Amino acid sequence: MTVLLAIGTRKGLFLATSDDDRRSWRVGDAQLGGHAIYAVAIDSRRTTPRLLAGVDSSHFGPSVALSDDLGATWQESDIAPLAFPADAGVAVERVWQIAPGGPAEPDVVYAGTQPSALFRSTDGGRTYELVRGLWEHPHRTQWGAGFGGQAIHTILPHPDDPRRVLVAMSTGGVYRTADGGASWAPSNTGVKAYFLPDPWPEFGQCVHKVARDAADPDRYYLQNHHGVYRSSDGGSTWESIADTLPSDFGFAIVAHPRRAGVIWNFPLTADGERHPVDRRCRVFRSTDAGATWSPQASGLPEDPFYPVVLRDAMATDDADPAGVYFGARSGEVFASRDEGETWSTVVAHLPDVLCVRAASL
Amino acid sequence: MPTVLVPGVLRGDAGGAARLEIAVGGTLRAVLDEVGARWPRLERRIRDEGGGLRRYVNVYVDGADCRWAGGLDAPVTARAEIQVLPSVAGG
Repeated sequence: MTVLLAIGTRKGLFLATSDDDRRSWRVGDAQLGGHAIYAVAIDSRRTTPRLLAGVDSSHFGPSVALSDDLGATWQESDIAPLAFPADAGVAVERVWQIAPGGPAEPDVVYAGTQPSALFRSTDGGRTYELVRGLWEHPHRTQWGAGFGGQAIHTILPHPDDPRRVLVAMSTGGVYRTADGGASWAPSNTGVKAYFLPDPWPEFGQCVHKVARDAADPDRYYLQNHHGVYRSSDGGSTWESIADTLPSDFGFAIVAHPRRAGVIWNFPLTADGERHPVDRRCRVFRSTDAGATWSPQASGLPEDPFYPVVLRDAMATDDADPAGVYFGARSGEVFASRDEGETWSTVVAHLPDVLCVRAASL
Repeated sequence: MPTVLVPGVLRGDAGGAARLEIAVGGTLRAVLDEVGARWPRLERRIRDEGGGLRRYVNVYVDGADCRWAGGLDAPVTARAEIQVLPSVAGG
């Protein structure tokens, strides 16, 4: 079995492969011209997985590139892969997320952008159209920008019903559609926005990331700007699952590819002190849907550890046992081949790691 | 006809060409519109979809920064030389 690990960094995309059940990794040279790769996806719905990357040039703007030969060559459509229509009056600043659609729509790919907008592709991710139902939502003018910018960074198409999609943005919170994107409703009941005069608003939360339970598609896990939550009703309501975590601040949260209730995150001390808790490089795992959490650090650095793990810089693969991966802004990437029990370093000294994704080939 | 000088980093988006002869002129906007029609990937490196010049791309018309010469309305003569240069930026 070969496992591919795609690592998006501030200066290029790095592809790592393992042919020995994730014991060792071969890391290729930087691809895509040293541009910032805020989003990467491995679309495994094809015989040869398609790689899609959000390519961000500080000079020449954003784009989406794709590869059908596992990174040997990259393609970019002649017309802009994604662009706002003229009446929107804005331009795409960055692609923050690329998410393949569900199995019923093998050529659908979604992209989330800055400013906060959702785009949908029906040609496998080459070109995209604005999802106007969300763009024209009356709340949009009140969505704010966090330090990283105002963006849709989470897109979760429902695996069984292509009409249902959940997105999350910073700031704004969670929105859902059940009619294929024509209409959207905020879905933040129970999620706190401590930085607002009303800390329990209908929308306006600074959600950092949402993950879906692989075994129960109506169960979600949410890492908030302070707060970790679970929804068991498709996102309608949320309850805290942060009680046994050392901190409720962080960016990333990921779910096991198959097992119900198994999730990981990387807690940081606080909004005002964005370092790993106790300066220790530790992942926290829950096997009971967030009721209890335990640290996992075997094989991770034991020296004081300061870097942050960003919202998309943690991922699981689809192998058995599941692999777990995370990258830090210090350019290190760590992998576990046994669901977090033990870890090894895949690579160090890369540029800041912005995102990781992994899949078996 | 006006000539667009393409920086090395963008020549892959211009079919490898370093110089593009553009059959229209009058204004910089008209020239870039024609560039967009013939080399759309090149044009969108220079302008966003709203038509604005990207912040860190500089365009010189006969040596003058277009931002100080009328922007996209900068006049372009039939023998003008339009130079596209990435600005000093990044880290």
